Amino acid sequence: MIDPAYPASEASGIWVFLEHDNGQLAPVSLELAAKARELSRQSGARLTGLLLGSGMVVPRQNAERLDLDELLVVSNPFLDEFTAEGYSYAAAEVIRDRKPDILLLGATAYGRDLAGRLAVMLRTGLTADCTALELEPGTGLLLGEVSGFGGGILATIKCEVHRPQMATVRPGVFAAPEQPVAGNPEVVPLNVDIPMSSCPVRVVGRKIGSGVDISRAERLVVAGRGAANDLPSIQSLARLLNAEIGATRVAVDEGWATREQQVGQTGIITRPKLAVVFGASGASQFTVGIEQAGLVVALNQDPEAPIFEQADLCVVDDLVPVLRALVAEFESNGGGA
Amino acid sequence: MKRQLHILVCLKVVPKSEEVGVDRETMVLDRANARQEINPPDMNALETALALKDRWDARVSLLSMGPPFVAQYLRVGLAMGADDAYLLSDRALGGADTLATSLPLARAIEKIGEVDLVICGEESSDGATAQVPPGIAAWLGVPQATYAMEVDFDPEKWRAFVTREIRDGEETLDVPLPAVVSVKVSCNEPRFINPARWDHLRELGNVQVWSAADLDLDPDHIGFAGSPTSVAGLSDSRGGQSGRRREMITGTPEQEARILYERITAFLREGAGLAQETGP
Repeated sequence: MIDPAYPASEASGIWVFLEHDNGQLAPVSLELAAKARELSRQSGARLTGLLLGSGMVVPRQNAERLDLDELLVVSNPFLDEFTAEGYSYAAAEVIRDRKPDILLLGATAYGRDLAGRLAVMLRTGLTADCTALELEPGTGLLLGEVSGFGGGILATIKCEVHRPQMATVRPGVFAAPEQPVAGNPEVVPLNVDIPMSSCPVRVVGRKIGSGVDISRAERLVVAGRGAANDLPSIQSLARLLNAEIGATRVAVDEGWATREQQVGQTGIITRPKLAVVFGASGASQFTVGIEQAGLVVALNQDPEAPIFEQADLCVVDDLVPVLRALVAEFESNGGGA
Repeated sequence: MKRQLHILVCLKVVPKSEEVGVDRETMVLDRANARQEINPPDMNALETALALKDRWDARVSLLSMGPPFVAQYLRVGLAMGADDAYLLSDRALGGADTLATSLPLARAIEKIGEVDLVICGEESSDGATAQVPPGIAAWLGVPQATYAMEVDFDPEKWRAFVTREIRDGEETLDVPLPAVVSVKVSCNEPRFINPARWDHLRELGNVQVWSAADLDLDPDHIGFAGSPTSVAGLSDSRGGQSGRRREMITGTPEQEARILYERITAFLREGAGLAQETGP
């Protein structure tokens, strides 16, 4: 086996990588910190947040929902914009120096980008895209649950010898605290010298999307292949229900919805109270994205569609007439609750 | 242009996801009955490379790791337009996690030599970790650009311009070569096999097969032995009860809509009362 960066006997503490943008922490970082607090209560480990950036003030707006023992802040002009090279260099320096036992990151584009590079630099194991985390009874090892083969197979992964035990976690898997928490972390500013040669990539353009974030939607109307014939009614229903619109991969590929609206394995894992799913066949790659919904309503004309296995209320019928009648019901009754 | 651009595409042959199960007795993955395919986003990686080759003078190499039968899938890539193909095939490489997978791939890329641009699919449909492309980049010590939707090349500056998907939008990176890029699934439409090339595959050359020893890899750093992570448990989440009510609502469209309206509004008023506990 490849030599660990440092031995498990010297490792301690649970760290959460805090992803941020424009002074706002990513929702997944709040979710992870809340879960990490739960783990730290079990093991007695110190809970640390790792924040990288430039000229940085701690994002105050949602920092009050962040319950940490310690906040490490690395500020450097080379960290002004996220690049995997610069961020992994700085993170590796701090980690080799302070030797965390566990490092959790959000499975976002940046989090996965950083984690994959960092794990190799540190010669350690990485459990990618976890849907659950726990500590193994007895050993205290981190157990990460991951899905493979399109979401069908679940595996529990651990990393026994190498440190830190790294895991990325899907957004939406854990709940962020809704109320401010009494976090008053010790803030530790750290200096890291980052050589220019470690930051060869330049970000030359950036386009932030419409800001639709279906991972936090309370109500979701989902358009699948079968919804193609009446997208305006889907929009009307979403408006009446005060819901966001999600879409299956097919709908996104056909251009009826944006990537930000894609629900499922390669899209977004949602946890709404209500998901109304129109014309999706129900491939497991999709249904993994609505698994945690409170109530799932599914409409499809095919009685054999697997979506009905994953739904609470099922309607087998031609989509358009039911959809229009449903819109009419909500309209005449003044919208959803 | 200082010289010919050399692109290397990593292809993984995976069992079709829906055909893989878990043996409920032994709790071991059962891939025996699953048909194989080239991992879908890897086909988009290959198309990205071939489109660059159509535009610039480029050599496209293919690299895979797996059992000997994978060679026939690499020949498909050759028939699509790639120039040469390499297969790492050795039992000692089996059972590897992402650390022990990215290492031999990186060593092979070094052995092939003078590779400017490595293009991979964003993730494999079996493992779905998306960690191998950044891992290769880290072993090689070169920059990376993941989740690319578009890859452009500037021969004057010898740099790649990569538009990639991020959490709530997209960004464009200016990346000096050599570099590793991973592309999103369905970012392009993979081309068909060129029948003329298929007919002359023998003249196009064979797939070069390398063992772990050919790459001077330490047996302790590869395969199961070289993997820091291990599987503590497996389960098959399909086919079981989802924990959903699966209640059928029937009638005319108007009746169905009325019932749905009442049930949905009641649920939203009363909270979770109507839905049973959902799965794990």
